Order: sequence, then structure tokens, then C-alpha cells
Amino acid sequence: MAETMDQIFVLLKHWIVGLLPVTVQPIASVLLSVVAIVGFFPALFALTVLLERKGLGRMQNRIGPNRVGPFGLLQPIADGIKSLTKEDIVPLSADATVHFLAPVVLVVAVFLGFAVLPMGRNMVLVDMDASLLFYFSIGASTELSVFMAGWSSRNKYSLLGAMRAVAQMISYEVPLLMSSVAVVMMTGSLSLVKIVEAQNHYTWGLPHWYIFTPWGFAGFVMFAVAATAETNRSPFDLPEGESELVAGYFTEYSGFKFALFFLGEYLAMFSISGLGATLFLGGWSAPFSFMTWVPSWIWFFSKLMLSIIVFIWLRGTLPRMRQDQLMNFAWKFVLPLTLLNLFVAGLWRFLGNGWERWVVCSAILIVAYAAMGKVGMRREHFGPRSYHYAE
Amino acid sequence: MSGMFFLISALAVGGGLAAVLLKNTVHCALALTLAFAGLALLFLQLDAQYAGFAQMLVYIGAVAILVVFAILLTRGSETPKDGVYSRNWFAGLVIAAAVFAMLGWAVLQSTSVLPHETAEPVVTVQQIGIALMGRYVLPLEIVALLLTAATIGAVIVAMHEKEGAK
Repeated sequence: MAETMDQIFVLLKHWIVGLLPVTVQPIASVLLSVVAIVGFFPALFALTVLLERKGLGRMQNRIGPNRVGPFGLLQPIADGIKSLTKEDIVPLSADATVHFLAPVVLVVAVFLGFAVLPMGRNMVLVDMDASLLFYFSIGASTELSVFMAGWSSRNKYSLLGAMRAVAQMISYEVPLLMSSVAVVMMTGSLSLVKIVEAQNHYTWGLPHWYIFTPWGFAGFVMFAVAATAETNRSPFDLPEGESELVAGYFTEYSGFKFALFFLGEYLAMFSISGLGATLFLGGWSAPFSFMTWVPSWIWFFSKLMLSIIVFIWLRGTLPRMRQDQLMNFAWKFVLPLTLLNLFVAGLWRFLGNGWERWVVCSAILIVAYAAMGKVGMRREHFGPRSYHYAE
Repeated sequence: MSGMFFLISALAVGGGLAAVLLKNTVHCALALTLAFAGLALLFLQLDAQYAGFAQMLVYIGAVAILVVFAILLTRGSETPKDGVYSRNWFAGLVIAAAVFAMLGWAVLQSTSVLPHETAEPVVTVQQIGIALMGRYVLPLEIVALLLTAATIGAVIVAMHEKEGAK
């Protein structure tokens, strides 16, 4: 019974594909999975937008939307109708082709990233040998769409926002990749399916997730930081700073194109949370060995929603980082720590299986973090607040 | 030489042609990105997964962004006053034809020079890794040295700009 629930989507797909003639079956199988992804994740997006507005509202001591439907549950429908019926304004001097293509490129690239995430046992759309590399190369294409959006609007605010966004995304791409390389190193494969299967073992009921190792924990923290910066979420959302740059690189977009950008941003958030869950949190594997009767896809989506909730929590709590603080943080703090993390992961592998490797690896990481923090904060003097008034 | 090959090469060649024939420089950069994507798809069609994805990651993710940054930070996005096509286009055409002829001859000769190669070797990422760490470790280290020198050079160039502004 648990087995059936676990594989229910796979069985459903096989049943539907079995009803079709044999020549059409391969294409139908792929199309069905694609339709499932393209239908499900935007629905999750609608739910998340509502969750974010209510959650942020509660954190800011106000109620979120509560007019449309009970507890504001129909608000996403209202938002969807609004964005579909708004007039699509394209500035006269804007570059029409590039202006139109930018949200398309973003949404297509982000949807492509979902193809390699293993969402449950046997539930991955494409099982490639180098699927992690595919994910990162598609993610690199999203930066291009940000630039296209900012440049084609012929608007100084948009251009500035786009350049900041692209610089930020390139800077944080390196720690993102490097923290994933430690996982690849320890698994021995670039395939996301194999990475999840390597974490699906249990010792004394506790799982072998990579986050429970010193290098995995440090790697996860750095991955989370880099992921927040890659998707331009607070506290790294200066490119779309709502108080500084109007709306950054999507200032000149209205109506459905704005909704597409919004969709693209949230889908990128889902995608990278899914990747983080796969790499560090064990993907679809259950936390304790006595919980394996719960279907695998429930575990995957719970971890994804947990990451989304943490993203929303961060947005409501932390102030925005300035551009130069952001770049300093990436190049002078996160990147050296990811390189050290690679070294520590190697040490972990070769120090044998006892308690020494826990102590040595944790000690190296903690000392490095504290030392780099102290060195980085050497120039900051936090004295009592002083006020300068204009004379 | 399947239909897919012709489709992808049409994309790559079209992108390349657009990159040199379009008037707006940023459009040219984006068309060049399309040509890069076409090349990556060609690699993927030949089952060279690692090469295809590395091409996408490096070329589209980094080189194309570098090109657009260079266009943005200089004044290259304005159309030059005296046209974009050069006056010595015939010499350019002759040189391009000569290079193409040489490359085509080299590719066509390769089937007779290396008769024992199979059509499509299946190479996994693990084999590439083992080769990089085993047989090709010296080129790997030299490339690492080159990248370090490039990074240090970039930092020095950026630092001098700050001092020069003072």
C-alpha cells in the first residue's frame, strides 16, 4: 500500500500512456511529465505568493490580504486576472524584440531546470549522467534574460538594476557551484539521482544526509546564501530594490510580462530549493528509517516548502545588503570558505570512519569561519550611534 | 546527417550570420549567444554531454555576459556614423574562404588519417575526470596557473583605476 502511494504518479502515467497507440507512446510519456510539471509548479507559485504576502504581513505586524475569499485564499486568482487584463505598455524607444523575448527566455530557462530534479523515487523527467551540470548551465542562461530585460527598456533605472543583478548573479554563481562540487566529490557522480540514492541510507535510524556532516553543513549554509543571492531574494534584492530602483530591471514591464517575470523569479526559487534539498537534505528520502512508509514525493515537497518558508522568513527579517557589501561578502568571505570546504570534504573522506574526522573537520571549519569573520570585521567600528545634521 | 543536425546547424550558422550582419551591437551579441547555443546543441546531439553543458555554462553563462558588459560599459551600443560594413570586404571574404577551405580539408582528411576511430565514442564524465587527473594533469595545472595570473591581473588593473582616480 505504501509502495503504491509512493509510485502513484508513475503508475498513473504508465496507465495513461498505456491507453495510447504504441507509436505515440514515448512522446506521450514525455509530454505527460512536462504537462504535469508545467501545471503543478505555477499552482505552487500561486500558493507561495499568497503565503509570502500573509507571512510577511504577520512578521510586519499586519494581516496580509484577507478580502478575497476566506483568509485571502482566492487572492492569487484575483492577481492572475489583474495581470492578464492589464494593458501591455512597451515604451516607444524600447527595443521591441528583445523586450518581448526577455521574460520568455527567463521562464523557459527556469522550467528547463525542473527537468532534472528527482521529485520522488523514479520521478525524474530526464535522468542524465551530468544532470547537475545541465542545471547549472541552464541557470547561467537566466542571467542573460535579466540583462536583456534591463537593456531593452532604454531606462537608466532598468539598466542600472540589470547590471547590478548580473554582477551579483555572476559573483554568487561561483560559491554556488563550488559548494555543490563538494557534494559531487563525495558522491562520485554528477547525476542527481545517484546523489539522492547515496544519501538514502540509515545508521541507527538517522539518515546519511550530507547536511549532517561538517562539510555538508558548511556547504549547505553557503549554498543557501548563494541561492538567495542567485534568485535576487532579500537580503540580496538590491537589483529589484523596491525603494531604490523603482522595480529594477523590470520597471518597464506591465501586465502579463511582469507576471511572467514574477513567475520566473519564484520558479527559480523553487528550482534552487529543490536542488538544495536534493544535494544536501537527501532529496526524497525520509528523515528517520521508521518513516519510510510516507511517500517519497511528500518528503521532497516538504523540504522544498520548508526552504521557501525560510526564504520568506529571511525576507521579513533581514535588511537589504548594499551592493558593495554584497560583492565583498561573495568574493572575500563565501568563496574562500567554499574552497576550504572542498579541502575539508577531501579530508573527511581520507581520515577513516571514526570520531577523529568529525572533530578535525568541524574544528577546521569553525576556526576558519571565526578567523575570517574577525579579519573581515576589523575595519568596522561599532560605537555609539552618532548623528550628523545638515547645517 | 539527420534532420536534427540540419536544424541545429541552421540555428548556429544563422546566429553567426546575424552576429555579423545586424546593425545594433547588442543585437549582435545576443545573436552570438544564439550561435553558442547552437554549438552546444551540436555537442549534445553527438552525445558529448559534458562538452555540451560546459559549452553552455562557459560560453553562454560567462563569455556572452562578458561581451554584453563590454558593450554596455563602452559606448559601443550606438551605431557608428560611417556604417558598420568595412570597405575591404572582398579581402575579408577571400581570407574567410581560405580558412574555411583549410579547415574543411583537415576535417575530411581525418577519416583517412585515423581509420581506427569509431563513429561516436561513449565518454562518461568519470572518464573525462580520470583523464584530466591522469594523462592530462600537466595541462590542467598550467591552465590553473594561467587562470590565477589572469585573476591577479584583473585585480591589479581594477586597483590601479582606483588609485588613478585619486
